[in-house]
Order: sequence, then structure tokens, then C-alpha cells
Amino acid sequence: MTDGDMTSADTPRIAIIGAGPAGIRAAETLVEAGLRVTLIDEAALPGGQIYRQPPPTLRRPAKALYGFEAGKAEALHSSFARLRSAIDYRPETLVWGARDNRLLLSSRAGNTEIAFDKLILATGAMDRIAPVAGWTQPGVYSLGGAQVVLKHQACLIGKRPIFAGTGPLLYLIAWQYLRAGSRPAAVLDTGSFAGQLRALPRLARQPRTLLKGLYFTAALRAKGIPVLYSALPARIDARDDNLVLTYTRNGRSHEIAGDAVALGSGLKPETQLAEILGCAFDFHSPSRSYLPRCDRMGRSSLATTYIAGDTGGIRGADAAEAGGALAALAVLEDLGRSVPEVRKRQLLTHMRRAEIFRSGLELAFAYPAPAIAGLADDTVLCRCENVTIGDLRAAIPQWNITEMNRLKAITRCGMGRCQGRVCGSAAMEVLASETHAPIESVGRLRGQIPLKPVVGSNFETKAAS
Amino acid sequence: MYSPRFHRIAETDRPKIVLTVDGRPVDAADGDTLLTVLMRHDGWVRDSEFDGQRRAGFCAMGACQDCWLTLADGQRLRACTTVARTGMAIVRKPATHD
Repeated sequence: MTDGDMTSADTPRIAIIGAGPAGIRAAETLVEAGLRVTLIDEAALPGGQIYRQPPPTLRRPAKALYGFEAGKAEALHSSFARLRSAIDYRPETLVWGARDNRLLLSSRAGNTEIAFDKLILATGAMDRIAPVAGWTQPGVYSLGGAQVVLKHQACLIGKRPIFAGTGPLLYLIAWQYLRAGSRPAAVLDTGSFAGQLRALPRLARQPRTLLKGLYFTAALRAKGIPVLYSALPARIDARDDNLVLTYTRNGRSHEIAGDAVALGSGLKPETQLAEILGCAFDFHSPSRSYLPRCDRMGRSSLATTYIAGDTGGIRGADAAEAGGALAALAVLEDLGRSVPEVRKRQLLTHMRRAEIFRSGLELAFAYPAPAIAGLADDTVLCRCENVTIGDLRAAIPQWNITEMNRLKAITRCGMGRCQGRVCGSAAMEVLASETHAPIESVGRLRGQIPLKPVVGSNFETKAAS
Repeated sequence: MYSPRFHRIAETDRPKIVLTVDGRPVDAADGDTLLTVLMRHDGWVRDSEFDGQRRAGFCAMGACQDCWLTLADGQRLRACTTVARTGMAIVRKPATHD
């Protein structure tokens, strides 16, 4: 063990970041073993993004909020309710940095630090975005954002939204909007139908999930909603009261009009904290991204730190529950405690199946790298700093840029408030294609403290106390 | 072009709250985020500091940081993760003499 101020082997300080499916199952497993944990979450209520709960004044039943997943959502929420009094739960708390074995926290009460002996990162994921010219305009949201507006606020982003991108969420959320009374203008998938067919044998490893996906597509088509494959979005223009999305398909340009656009090309893990802590990362070829290195149970390269749920790669909510429990078992093993071997084997089997399914998703719904390489120069890539693809294309040869952090230093792409969460994947593609280099050679944007903006008055609070 | 964009589908019987946007009173429902308030009011959150174009958030889940705004008392808040409260005064444009 590397840290010097561990209180005692009997009372290890365990922190879990993220109260979604992985974080809650990790906390539950550790509490069952008699340990006390601190569970830190940015949201006001537990559940994560997938099982997110609306503010208490909104009272729709679980079935209306979570559809087919209502049972799982309710099970997770009630597990949390049982745990609540046994844990140190810190909602509405941002972990904005880390130093050695200390976490830097910010909440409405001010800034504090806590020390940990063991840390489980269950920080989840956000939409992975492929930019389109005009995507900074009002009315354009991420796919996940469109779903949050529906679940958390009982609102639609539009009455005729266009859903564009790729991935299972594209169909799920378009279907949820249809059911909620919206009429999607179209569902445009950048992936090909052939790609989805090739992935079928792997997707069949989770038949229930595969069938749901097919059902959503069929239900949308049955209502006359166009569902198109190999449709590559190029630009969004505001025209009268509409947003008009131009896309190319089979070499031809087409337009479709709606009153909102939801964009998303799969999900990407929130790995900034793993990065700040110094976890090793490896390139993951199918997702064209770097992921924190971890073993089957979630042990990172650092003895103190464990990775659970989508933080370690996108496997979805069911695998996140299993991965959270597994990471907790890894903590117990490493603390020299006994773990239930049968349960551990079951969880590992579950994770292996999830891995095969995940590889199927990556085959069916690949990130649209060629489309990004073909975007027009005036396409804003970095929303925070308003940096265009043309800015990057000009700077790369001028300054002989071959690496992402150099690209950031010179162009400010990825230097804004979101720290490249939104533009990072696309910026890697632009740098790789402009330099004719393999994507892994361009590296990845470094995380920086603060991981998200912290209000200045919080620092004053600390100085005064 | 700047018109309400979010449309309520349910949960309409919540207690009403009142806040102000650029000095004008705006009705909202208890539980609305500031993003929902603004998108139901006139459909934008802030001007980009680079090109002055209007922005209206993007991720709605506290990740993209595109919806930070300022209250009259100087407080900085992220619209998508802040639940509106009666009396909040959102200032997108400073008051002018005209």
C-alpha cells in the first residue's frame, strides 16, 4: 500500500464516485461486508444517468420514466434507500480534483478534501459526439440530453426532432420521443445496415437487448418515421422556424427539416479523474479511444484505485451493476477479506457476456471517423472556444502538430470549460487524418484540475473557515 | 428564430414559481431547471463570448458546460443542473439606458 496515513487496516477509508448502477452496487457490496463507504455524486438524487430520478415535485411512475427498464430502476433505487443510513452519502458534490490519496470536493457548502485508502471510480459516461456544421445553434442537443429533458423535466426538445448519429440510444430515444407524443422527423444512422447485420451473432449474446433494439426500429417505421442507414450529417441551418439538416447518403446530398436535432454517436467514458490520479491507459482499437487499464475485476494500474461501470469502457447498465459489485469484491480481496467465490464467478461470467455484446455494438455502431474527416472547414469542432475544423487543418501543418496536447496548446481546441469532453474524439480523428497517422499515435487530451468549473466563492468559503 | 423550444408533455400540475429573466417576470413550475425555464421562455441561454451567437446548452447533464449563466447577484450557475427557485434573477444582457 502506497499511502502513508491509513488509519487502520480495520477501518479503511473507501470512497466511491458516482451513484449510478455501478456505484450503488459497489457500495452495497462493501456495506454487506461490514465496511463504511463515502458515496459522492454530482446529482441531487441517486440513479446515475440511466436511472436518473426527476426532482421530487415530478411524480410520474417508474414505468413512464424508464419503460422496459422500470423494474431495474426501481430495484436500484430501493437498494440505495436501504443503504442510505449505512453510508456517508454526498449528493450534489463535485470531485474537481485529486492529489495522492485525497479527493478535492466542491458543493454548495463550500470546498473540502477527503482522504481515501481505496477509491472506486464509477463516473459513468456521456454522449460521444461527431460534430456537424451549425451544431452550436439553439435547438441542437446531445441524444442523452434529449433523454434527460424528457425523463428529468417531462419536456420534449421539439415536436419534430431529427435524431442523427449512431448507436442503440439513437433508436431508444427516438422511440421514447415517439411514445411521449413527439413525431421524429427522421432517424439517421451513420452506420451501415450491413455493419449491423455483421454484428448480429455477437449482439445475440444478449437477446433481450437485441430484440428491444429491433422493436424500436420496427415501431418507428410502423409510424412512418424514416429510419435511414449510411446517412452522414453535414450541416444544420436555421431556416424560418425550422432546423434543416443536410446529410449525404450514397454520394447524394439530402435535406430534412425538423424543429430540433439530437446528436450522438455512442457513449464515451468519463475518465478525467482516472487520468488525474495517474492511472495507466491503453488504446482500445474498436472504440478508437484510450481507456483506463484494468483487470477483469476493475483493478486499475494503481493499488488504491478501481474502475467500475462505463468508466472502464461502454458496456451498459446491466454490466455496470455487475462491474460495481466486482470492483467492490476486488477491494475486499485486496484488503485481505474473504469474498463469496460463487458470486464472484457469476459476476465474471456476466461481464464476459457483456464484453462480447459490447464488441457487437462497436461493430454495428462505429464512431463515424470518415464523416468527420470530410466535414467542411467552417464546422465548429470545439464549442467552448469556437475553434473550427479549418483552424485545426491550418495549424497542424504550420506547426508540425502530431500530438493532441500540442494541438490544444496551439489552437485552444479542448482548452475550454468542458476540457475536450465534447470535442476530444473528433479532434483526434482530425489530427490523425490530417497527418495520415494511425489514430492511436496522436494520443489523448490530458485531464486538468479543476475537472469541471468550480465557483470562485467556494474558495473564499474555505479561506474564511 | 428565438422562440420557446421545450414542450411540456406531463407534470403540469406542479406549484408555480416566478423568477425574472433580463428583468421580466417569467413563470415556471417547481422542479424546472434553469435550462427548462429559458428554453420554454424564449429559447436561448447565453451569447457565445467568441462570436456573439446564441447558445442554448447541449448535453443537459452537466458535462459540456455550455449553459453557464449569471444571476443579478453575481452568482454563476450551470442552467441544466440548477433547479429554479422563486426570486432568482437571470441576467443574460446587462440593463441599458434606452
